[in-house]
Amino acid sequence: MKPYIALFRMRMIAGMQYRAAAWAGAATQFFWGLIFIMIYSAFYRSSAVEPPMRWNQLATYIWLQQMFLFIVMIWAQDNELLRHVTDGNVAYELCRPYDLFKIWCARLLAFRLSSSFLRFLPILIIAFLLPAQYKMSPPVSLGAAGLFLISLSLGLLIVTAVSMFIYILTIITLSPVGSRLIISVAADFLMGAVIPIPLMPASLQRVLDWFPFRYISDLPFRIYSGSIAGGDALFQMGVQVAWIIGLFMLGRLSFNKVMRRVVIQGG
Amino acid sequence: MIYIKYLNMHIKSLSQYRASLWMMIAGQFFISFFAFAGIYLLFERFGSIDGWTFGEVALCFAVVQTAFAITECFARGFDMFQRMIINGDFDRVLLRPRSTLSQVLGSDFELSRVGRLAQSIFTLWLAASWLETSWSVAKIITLIFMIFSGIFIFTGIFILGATVCFFTVQGLEIINIFTYGGREIAAYPLTIYSKWIMRFFTFIIPFACFNYMPLMFLVGKAGGNDALYMLTPLLGMLFILPCIFVWRFGVRRYLSTGN
Repeated sequence: MKPYIALFRMRMIAGMQYRAAAWAGAATQFFWGLIFIMIYSAFYRSSAVEPPMRWNQLATYIWLQQMFLFIVMIWAQDNELLRHVTDGNVAYELCRPYDLFKIWCARLLAFRLSSSFLRFLPILIIAFLLPAQYKMSPPVSLGAAGLFLISLSLGLLIVTAVSMFIYILTIITLSPVGSRLIISVAADFLMGAVIPIPLMPASLQRVLDWFPFRYISDLPFRIYSGSIAGGDALFQMGVQVAWIIGLFMLGRLSFNKVMRRVVIQGG
Repeated sequence: MIYIKYLNMHIKSLSQYRASLWMMIAGQFFISFFAFAGIYLLFERFGSIDGWTFGEVALCFAVVQTAFAITECFARGFDMFQRMIINGDFDRVLLRPRSTLSQVLGSDFELSRVGRLAQSIFTLWLAASWLETSWSVAKIITLIFMIFSGIFIFTGIFILGATVCFFTVQGLEIINIFTYGGREIAAYPLTIYSKWIMRFFTFIIPFACFNYMPLMFLVGKAGGNDALYMLTPLLGMLFILPCIFVWRFGVRRYLSTGN
């Protein structure tokens, strides 16, 4: 386990170097959050019926999404790693006496965590200081805050497991663009990044319960705002763990299968 | 014309990676498709937005998506311009006896956006049939003007973003707020936003010219000022002139990064 932890720490430190890019990113994401909030606020103004999410819950959902964008979004991928596959550098990695699957997991985790660490704080502070109409609310209770952190970490593991499939597909197709785009476009909708899942019709919500994507971001965000709590929250976190085990096992199997047939071209 | 030759070259080179290209086209189609599905679901839930119906917003969405998809297809070279500056490739552009604008325009071409374009045109057709308004020749012309106005304005923004690279070498992420963010904002009639956003995107970057102003004419809300609202898209097109002017200024100030 030691080399993987060392690699993880190294990539964390490397990822934290890009401060200027992170500031620009945080500003863009803040603006993005503001636009979404204005659109939803116009919808809430003109709604004839009581929406299924209270306004402060929705605003919080949107800000959490922007804050932890790099944890929850499938499209956020380590480009350097994808390039390793296309430019053949993956051959060097394969020569090393380490398990490439674990190396990639460690790098992906470090990439997502370091990118988020740099961005979430400025957005968090400003989102709390905004006027009441746009403001983000604190978690409903200390317990909810704790569960939120655990469930977001589990969500991070799910997203990492799903990402592994993008890398495996890249090894097969040799171009990262297509597979990454298809998987992330579908995931965006299924995880509630296009519109928040509680605002979708009930029948669609029941379908989404059967996919892993909802458990990446929708579950932790709703635990935070208290719309999922108690036994229900614990049960759904159990589902998260089940998805993590299932996806990593499936990823491992397909990884081994692909690696057996891998061909390095030239050098 | 030299641009057609560039275009031909790009299409030939792209069709070498056929599987990936088709996946990209499909992906682009679905990005736009899911965004539209999202809007549909929101109207399913809320009914209307600040007095605008689903058909009206769908038309707004389709116009901006069509315009943006076309712009991204052709003006990709400006979006990727920082690469040209960093590699020093722009020095070669300057040596050739052709205009810099058309060379940069021809330097890249994003065929995958036809997926998005196909979806947008389909939505446009749907939205046009949903609207409870009678379509006249004047309205169809206005609709076409709106799309062209959008293309001109977005191209102008991409040119501005590229011009920034002359001074900063690296592109600024902030410009994405006006390109991708602009596409997001203009998907709804601007009247739903706060006043300051509406003013900014009317007087500084004239999104309003292909957004709610001509839309009011299309759905019969113009209240007698038909001709005025009809012509707003043409005014919007003028936005590209200062952008080209700034670009010329940037080219003159350009110092090579060396290579």
